[in-house]
Amino acid sequence: MKRLSFLYLALAYAFIFLPVAVLVVFSFQDGRLPVPPFQGVTLKWYEKVLSDEGLMTALGHSALVAFGSSGVALALGFLAAHGLARVALPGSLLMRGLLIAPMTVSYLIIGLGLLTVFNQAGIKPSLVATGIGHVVINLPLCFAICFAAMGDHQKSAERAARDLGASEVQVLWHISAPMLAPALAAAFFLSVTFSWDEFIIAFLLTRFEVTLPVEIWSMLRSGLSPATNAIGSLVFLVSALVVIVLETLMRRKA
Amino acid sequence: MTASVTIDRVTQTYGGAMALHDVSLQIAAGEFVVLLGPSGCGKTTLLNLIGGFAAPASGRILIGDRDMAGVAPAQRPTTTVFQDYALFPHMSLADNVGFGLRMRGVSRGERRAKAAQMLALVGLPGREDRRPHELSGGQRQRVALARALAVSPDVLLLDEPLGALDLKLRRQMQDELKAIQRQVGTTFVHVTHDQEEAMALADRIVVMSEGRIADQGPPREVYLRPRSLFSAAFMGEINQVPVVQGQSAIGPYPGTGMLLIRPEAINVTGGLPLGEAVVTDAAFFGTHVRAHARLGDLTLTLHLPQGSDPQPGQVLALYASAHAFLETE
Repeated sequence: MKRLSFLYLALAYAFIFLPVAVLVVFSFQDGRLPVPPFQGVTLKWYEKVLSDEGLMTALGHSALVAFGSSGVALALGFLAAHGLARVALPGSLLMRGLLIAPMTVSYLIIGLGLLTVFNQAGIKPSLVATGIGHVVINLPLCFAICFAAMGDHQKSAERAARDLGASEVQVLWHISAPMLAPALAAAFFLSVTFSWDEFIIAFLLTRFEVTLPVEIWSMLRSGLSPATNAIGSLVFLVSALVVIVLETLMRRKA
Repeated sequence: MTASVTIDRVTQTYGGAMALHDVSLQIAAGEFVVLLGPSGCGKTTLLNLIGGFAAPASGRILIGDRDMAGVAPAQRPTTTVFQDYALFPHMSLADNVGFGLRMRGVSRGERRAKAAQMLALVGLPGREDRRPHELSGGQRQRVALARALAVSPDVLLLDEPLGALDLKLRRQMQDELKAIQRQVGTTFVHVTHDQEEAMALADRIVVMSEGRIADQGPPREVYLRPRSLFSAAFMGEINQVPVVQGQSAIGPYPGTGMLLIRPEAINVTGGLPLGEAVVTDAAFFGTHVRAHARLGDLTLTLHLPQGSDPQPGQVLALYASAHAFLETE
């Protein structure tokens, strides 16, 4: 029974990680195609990718959009959660529902909607437009995480702070945010990874300056190459690092 | 540093239910007042109104001579000690205690000195750099007290501050709380449902029931001369002997109403003869012997002296050394 369980575990992990493992392995392929048989190890594709100006610019754009949009989404989500957790307004439940609702809408639909709205409003496709798109998809996540983390404990500490003379801004800054730090970090880094990987909205809302997934997609159009594996591996590495940082932060707090 | 509190005909409702009904109360500067009553009697509501966490539906609240209408908790000369401590978990004890001063723009060095002084006052000297999670419940409540006192409030509000502590610790904290209040001289308004705690602490006990003040006075007065049946029963066990037009189970007594006798006021000697009663059961309680005795239709509860040894079936001639009489029309 125990062996069977381990077999199941191994299969499950293989199912999840095999594609990534294959991607990474063939990024070291000493040959022109990232397909078996494996012909030996080389770092030349990484060299090519890292010296490719277009890719590196796109990487910078991705980082900018990811951190910028996540910061905005976190600030808005935190404030909304704080407000809705504190006072029971008529329609609080509805407001919470509306804030979380975009989670259920596909990125394609959100992207198309934003494209239409931005066209009407005269906003050109750009990194800012993409950033706004990523705020739209990450705000519900940030809100939900912050809202779930706010307990009675938090509320009574805020009440005590107000009683001791703190203004609302001081309560937020000195009490609410530090007490929620683990949740805020979790929300922020999750948002960063989602924004970092996001393709459809970025594809629809960028034109001349593109993010990394869009750049990779245009590379793929010219056929398979171990270079795409190399950049894919780098993207994966960054995502993995963010998740590891997040886990470490959470563990230290707990 | 200390101020009087005036509650002037305050009424409060919660969604149609009457939480406070036309309550008036005058609290002197430096007084230790305990609001006592069962849950839902309005005592916490009254405390929240003084602290500014809610506004009264009608009536006025004055601290010193200042009307508190529309004044937020932060601007009031009050601070609160909460039952759940509400310490800031991410701050050291010094930062917790110094928080109110920080909000008032006091420098770091001065805050630290004041925090050390306040922590010493509550019996936690030298713990400035500890964190709340390293402390026991009793210690946390001491920190909460130090934090509330650090800003030198005129009025300190205590919302069942000892409710989460075990009995032994609670009794110990009561003594300390009383000593600290004497030392700082601040007006304390303390909410509890524990009548022993109320008697241990209060200069004056205000007994509340269903949104009204049922009785008030020094502990001795409220205990021995209750002015309502509710406060008589809430302050501790009491024997109620109905008197109808001068007649009662213990014989003639002038008037119509309820004769109230504490169990420990009954013995085989005393000023008011109760008659011959038959002991039905008795048990040794350490400080006293608790017994029941039948007197006609009436069953009396007695707390006899430690040394007595009544047997079931024994006939005792009982007297009351103290009693109160509540007249009804």
